[in-house]
Amino acid sequence: MTATARAPKDTAQAELHLRMLRQMLLIRRFEEKAAEAYALGKIGGFCHLYIGQEAVAVGALAALKPEDYVICSYREHGQALIKGISARAVMAELFGKATGCSKGKGGSMHLFDAKQGFMGGHGIVGGHIPLGAGLAFASKYQNNGKVCVCFFGEAAVNIGAFHETLNMASVWKLPVIFICENNRYGMGTAFERVAAVTDIVEHACSYDMAAELVDGMNVLTVHDATRRAVERARKHSHPTLLEVRTYRFMGHSMSDPLHGVYRTKDEVEEQKARDPITQLAAKLKDEGVIDQAALDALDAEIHAEVEDAVKFADESPDPEPGELFTDLLVD
Amino acid sequence: MATLTYRDALNQALREEMQRDPNVFLMGEEVGVYQGAYKVSRGLLEEFGPQRVVDSPIAELGFAGIGVGAAMGGLRPVIEFMTWNFALLALDQIVNSAAKMLYMSGGQIPMPIVFRGPNGAALQLASQHSQAWESWVSHIPGLKVVAPATPADAKGLLKSAIRDNNPVIVLEGEMLYNQKGDVPDGEHIVPIGQAEVKRAGNDVTLICHSKTLTVAQKAAEQLAEQNVSAEVLDLRSLRPLDETAILESVKKTNRAVVVEEGWPHAGIGAQVVDLIQRDAFDDLDAPVQRVTQADVPMPYNKLLERAAKASPEKVVAAARRVLYLE
Repeated sequence: MTATARAPKDTAQAELHLRMLRQMLLIRRFEEKAAEAYALGKIGGFCHLYIGQEAVAVGALAALKPEDYVICSYREHGQALIKGISARAVMAELFGKATGCSKGKGGSMHLFDAKQGFMGGHGIVGGHIPLGAGLAFASKYQNNGKVCVCFFGEAAVNIGAFHETLNMASVWKLPVIFICENNRYGMGTAFERVAAVTDIVEHACSYDMAAELVDGMNVLTVHDATRRAVERARKHSHPTLLEVRTYRFMGHSMSDPLHGVYRTKDEVEEQKARDPITQLAAKLKDEGVIDQAALDALDAEIHAEVEDAVKFADESPDPEPGELFTDLLVD
Repeated sequence: MATLTYRDALNQALREEMQRDPNVFLMGEEVGVYQGAYKVSRGLLEEFGPQRVVDSPIAELGFAGIGVGAAMGGLRPVIEFMTWNFALLALDQIVNSAAKMLYMSGGQIPMPIVFRGPNGAALQLASQHSQAWESWVSHIPGLKVVAPATPADAKGLLKSAIRDNNPVIVLEGEMLYNQKGDVPDGEHIVPIGQAEVKRAGNDVTLICHSKTLTVAQKAAEQLAEQNVSAEVLDLRSLRPLDETAILESVKKTNRAVVVEEGWPHAGIGAQVVDLIQRDAFDDLDAPVQRVTQADVPMPYNKLLERAAKASPEKVVAAARRVLYLE
């Protein structure tokens, strides 16, 4: 921070931007550690990393109140961390430990923290989109002012649940924000190879719904667009579809190599030049909000937080054998 | 105690539970303005308004999922499928979302939701509209499944289902909606997981549920004329299954016939037979017989349809086989 006096509004904005920078860095370093732990066999099954897409979760969630709902697909480590689940509890869940946010029963694809309004990672492409509308239905029914943000990838747009839900959300005017994270590839299939309409934002026309096309590599743009959508939901109970254009720098999951056979190294490198973290850091440096020394200190602090999460997860106990049969039904 | 149709008993349960708890709402196709495809929801829109009696588009997957989400948000949805044939479109939500939510969230998110509607064949509706899905839904851990056969059980089990904090599948019967019976007024609850002996007997146990109760009762009457005393055990709940009641009856009669509307392969009867052979093997005097729908899609032709369905005659023949009378 420079010594020159700032207007209170500027200060608040600088604090918000610094917080968003910190959050994006947390996701990035967390995911890098998760990849390491996966390679070491500490994490099993599927593990879908969010590296490259950090601006979407961070920008969108900055527009929410703590009590609002967030529901996601299985690429949800980032949203979980920002919605208030500690790095320890998320990492422990990836490790399948009793201290994980879903007690080791959910894993990477099923992170939950109902108290924080984080209503899960869901594993069937598009299957959670109606759930997001249902949470908004409950908010409207209870008149509690909560909105729901529902994240999904572009491949989910080809699923029937997407269309059925957008229709009902619009007919019933539900306070829900559908955020389509268009990272161009459903696993290894380029969207334009399997979608007749490639501008996802156009689907909103079919359902008479407000929509915006958003640059997902710019956290501030994502934040502004989500703020507008949240206001529309909270004040007028109208849904919105945001198509956020982003890019995943890693493979679809851990078994998918960095570039794969479905995209070129050049394409990935070109996208990496638009890295959302680098972009925001450069802007904040230009504005004198942060300098390199402070940035290095911040990164070191986050490194330590993530190292601590790994240590915590590693040292945490597995669930008791008796846990196999708990949480099946409630009384 | 009033004499009500099965339809009106369900209507009474819905009305009373909606009066009791403002978080209970009904959603489905034609439940409101049309008053229900089978008139189960008659009068509810007028009493509770469109916020709580919600007409949905024809989009089973979507509105079942919206119901699941609403339950995550603290409501108690009753999702009506016009028939269970159409609920197949919603199986992803029933199986992957509703049944697993509590478990995969490590116990954080209970799922107090009811999925209900008519199940099984009516008359000459042909293959896509004449299917009994109880073995499919009963296969899923995390669900409860009930299949009431009488108006009193319909009311009591639907009330239990709505009050339950877990997802409950309520399988009704299109052919049962007009059946009349005595129904206790007001607070009449039938606990989930309790079978009931609908007719006591000593020589053979006829194990049934839903529409096959009538089939088994008619068979028991015919058997009585042949000096065979048949006990009719109505399972009422299919998950959890009342294993104690099944074993008690079989240990008394030493012989059993399991009757169901579904297909034979991996059916409910297979599960019941598994229990009996494991826990009542020494009490059996004959192998257990099963009566099911023929292992074919339901044909349209009236005679073929009749031949495909479980019938009192088929049950009598099966009972005579376990009694070594043929």
